[in-house]
Amino acid sequence: MKRLLILGGGTAGTMVANRLVHELDMAEWQITVVDQDETHYYQPGFLFIPFGTYGKADVMRPKRDYLPREVEVIISEIRVIEPDKNQVQLVKENRTLSYDYLIVTTGSHIVPEETPGLMEDEWRKSIFDFYTPDGAVALHHFLRTWQGGRLVLNVAEMPIKCPVAPLEFLFLADAYFQERDMRDRVELIYATPLPGAFTKPIASQQLGNLLDAKNIKLVTDFNIGSVDNDKKVITSYDEQSVEFDLLVSIPTNMGSEVIERSDMGDDLNFVPTEKHTLKARDYDNVFVLGDATNLPSSKAGSVAHFQVDVFIENFMRYLDGLELLPTFDGHANCFIESGHGKGFLIDFNYDVEPLPGMFPMPGVGPFSLLKESRVNHWGKMMFRWTYWNVLLKGKEMPIPAQMSMAGKWQR
Amino acid sequence: MTTKELNVAVDAEGFMTDPSQWTPEIAEAMAAEEGIAPLNEKQWQVINWVRQEAASTGEFPSLRSISKRSGVDTKEIYELFPKGPAKKIARCAGYQKPKGCI
Repeated sequence: MKRLLILGGGTAGTMVANRLVHELDMAEWQITVVDQDETHYYQPGFLFIPFGTYGKADVMRPKRDYLPREVEVIISEIRVIEPDKNQVQLVKENRTLSYDYLIVTTGSHIVPEETPGLMEDEWRKSIFDFYTPDGAVALHHFLRTWQGGRLVLNVAEMPIKCPVAPLEFLFLADAYFQERDMRDRVELIYATPLPGAFTKPIASQQLGNLLDAKNIKLVTDFNIGSVDNDKKVITSYDEQSVEFDLLVSIPTNMGSEVIERSDMGDDLNFVPTEKHTLKARDYDNVFVLGDATNLPSSKAGSVAHFQVDVFIENFMRYLDGLELLPTFDGHANCFIESGHGKGFLIDFNYDVEPLPGMFPMPGVGPFSLLKESRVNHWGKMMFRWTYWNVLLKGKEMPIPAQMSMAGKWQR
Repeated sequence: MTTKELNVAVDAEGFMTDPSQWTPEIAEAMAAEEGIAPLNEKQWQVINWVRQEAASTGEFPSLRSISKRSGVDTKEIYELFPKGPAKKIARCAGYQKPKGCI
């Protein structure tokens, strides 16, 4: 029997497990998935919890229900990965698992401790995150009785999971306060380390205009150094200060601590990965998918999906002794909620920034690109069903893995 | 000497296109254009560490790596290379604009 080990049963790990059981001869392969948590979270749903659209139960399902029957699932923390010995040590029962091939899908998570003062007296009193289910629920409780003031949304540093989420949060907040007849009592400020509203110029311009139209103030090049809990001020490394009544923080995002313990990562615990093949740079029988990579692609479910698509084809070649093809192009496809039942759609890769146009999708589309529409909002709301029933299960999605220029307007 | 007089090949944003052509004079010229010349000992410590790191890994290090491992902490880096340290360090060290994330 050949052994394949998948570390992490989140979005990427679940998708790849479901695809592999169909592609590999399960009489010859044993596949094991290890994860420390029994619950699968629909992470794109966290954004909607503070505004009461979703509750915690709407975004939680048992992991086991979405993993194929043919794979062994072990719920345990991972003590250390030893890629030189082709083995992984688990905390549970001190087990050691050996492997022929390893797939690292350990994801990323927020680390508020990285910013001095962020997790002190005001944490979950006037400082919240919405990247964890508990944080999003706590923020929802706070907002229900908030009388208004200065809401500052701060991104601590890049990269973050879902780089459009901060903008979506602000657009939804603007709509939420309008609906509660208190928009005039709320000042919305976006303090970002980026030089503009988004990472790419054309989208940055378009989304920047929308911030203006919604009266959301943009503070750029703001690299947070510390939080003063008494004065309720965030201060950047170059001594800019922004006062807040409510701070919604997207703290530093890092890869799993087990990557650090195993000495396999960079300074943010992301695993150095070959940009176009998804093989770990330093190991020939290790692949890295989803948020765990150090790649300059977005950390997002759509990206993990496209990665899994190209990985599966490449892995089958690899097992037959053929070389890996450079087929991963950094493709990402994201719906951006813009409030009042409307949304944007952006589609881009390593080389092509988000462009305006129309995005063809058989059956449901077309969706307008980089432009607000109601259809895009419904695309996003339908996506929760699609996520659980199509995407995770590795069924075919009507979007090609590699980005297409079809429908995009070029200058 | 300015980067023009030194005949340095740069891109549209003033970043060197070939790090192997770098010389200490170019670093001083870049620093002058960034308004931080002459470079002091600490600034050189950062630039030298970054060049060494980039040469050995093939990638320009992130600001986080620089502050963690060059021996100069984040706060000080912002004082030495104010307003956009990553960009200023990359220019002085002869590398291209650090790529953000998509």
